[in-house]
Amino acid sequence: MTLHVLLSICIAGVVTVFVRVLPFLFFRKREVPGVIRYLEGHLPPMVMIILVVYSIRNIQWTVFPHGIPVIAGMILVTALHLWKKNPLLSIFGGTVFYMAVIQLALPS
Amino acid sequence: MDSGKTFRTAFTASIPVLLGYLAIGIAFGLLVVHAGFPWYLAPLMGIIIFAGAMQYLTIGLLTAGTGLAEIAAITFFVNSRHTVYGISLLDKFGGTGKYKPYLIYSLTDETYALFTSLDVPKEADEPEFYFFISLLNQSYWVCASALGAILGKMLPINTEGLDFALVALFMVLALEQIKKSVSKIPLFIALFASVAVLVLLGPGNFLIVSLLLSIAVLLFFKRRLEE
Repeated sequence: MTLHVLLSICIAGVVTVFVRVLPFLFFRKREVPGVIRYLEGHLPPMVMIILVVYSIRNIQWTVFPHGIPVIAGMILVTALHLWKKNPLLSIFGGTVFYMAVIQLALPS
Repeated sequence: MDSGKTFRTAFTASIPVLLGYLAIGIAFGLLVVHAGFPWYLAPLMGIIIFAGAMQYLTIGLLTAGTGLAEIAAITFFVNSRHTVYGISLLDKFGGTGKYKPYLIYSLTDETYALFTSLDVPKEADEPEFYFFISLLNQSYWVCASALGAILGKMLPINTEGLDFALVALFMVLALEQIKKSVSKIPLFIALFASVAVLVLLGPGNFLIVSLLLSIAVLLFFKRRLEE
């Protein structure tokens, strides 16, 4: 493990603590500045959507299997989640499905 | 209610998180060793960072050799939802005394979900009850990721396709956030901005550019969205 790895983790850790402490240090319930409240209100779902796109950024759409297993897995996760509303089941079901497709149906 | 009884009640309440962290934590540990890092990095990250989605993300950033300033900025935006959690817990954490620093440090998505949906048993000491829940949740996470990493080192597990756990995790978090969102416009801003960045710039620096672009567009539409 290099120093860069250790430093990176420590920085991610310090910033995570910082965003968690932030409201307790600076805000009382009704004193949150308007711009912050606006950003904080809208940002979380936006970040998650960006992360979804990030997690599939390396798919090669023009090469077989054209990202179809990933898209199928994402549809399954969404369907499971809307149906059962159980995060664990959605993540587990989608991942097992995807691994089965990749390892059994499309062995490289 | 004595501490032992409070602990048992907290344990019962935390069982859904135990199951969830067991699965996602083991997958995380497997991915850490799969990416070529030593096994102890998995539990170490669970102590230093303790934010599941960010830890998954960090493996990718480390493999890509991302710079420290960029990691700091990405962590800030990705975990900014924890600030929102904190704002809504200002009152609840108000009287937690000596437990407060730990409760703030260990506030994950799942712990937040428990705190905001649970009824604290009437006779229980509320701060102590919260403390036990947080402590249990973190120990599940750290143990599960260590377990996954050690299993990955010892057993010849075919982890091909396991990285989909990250896609699934982000999907679920996104669906939960979308359900709660008041306005759908920011969702489209984020979708269009990130797809545009990916098409125009490719996967390198994707995350930080998409985040900054989305925030810029969001600020641009502030007046319209607030009407």
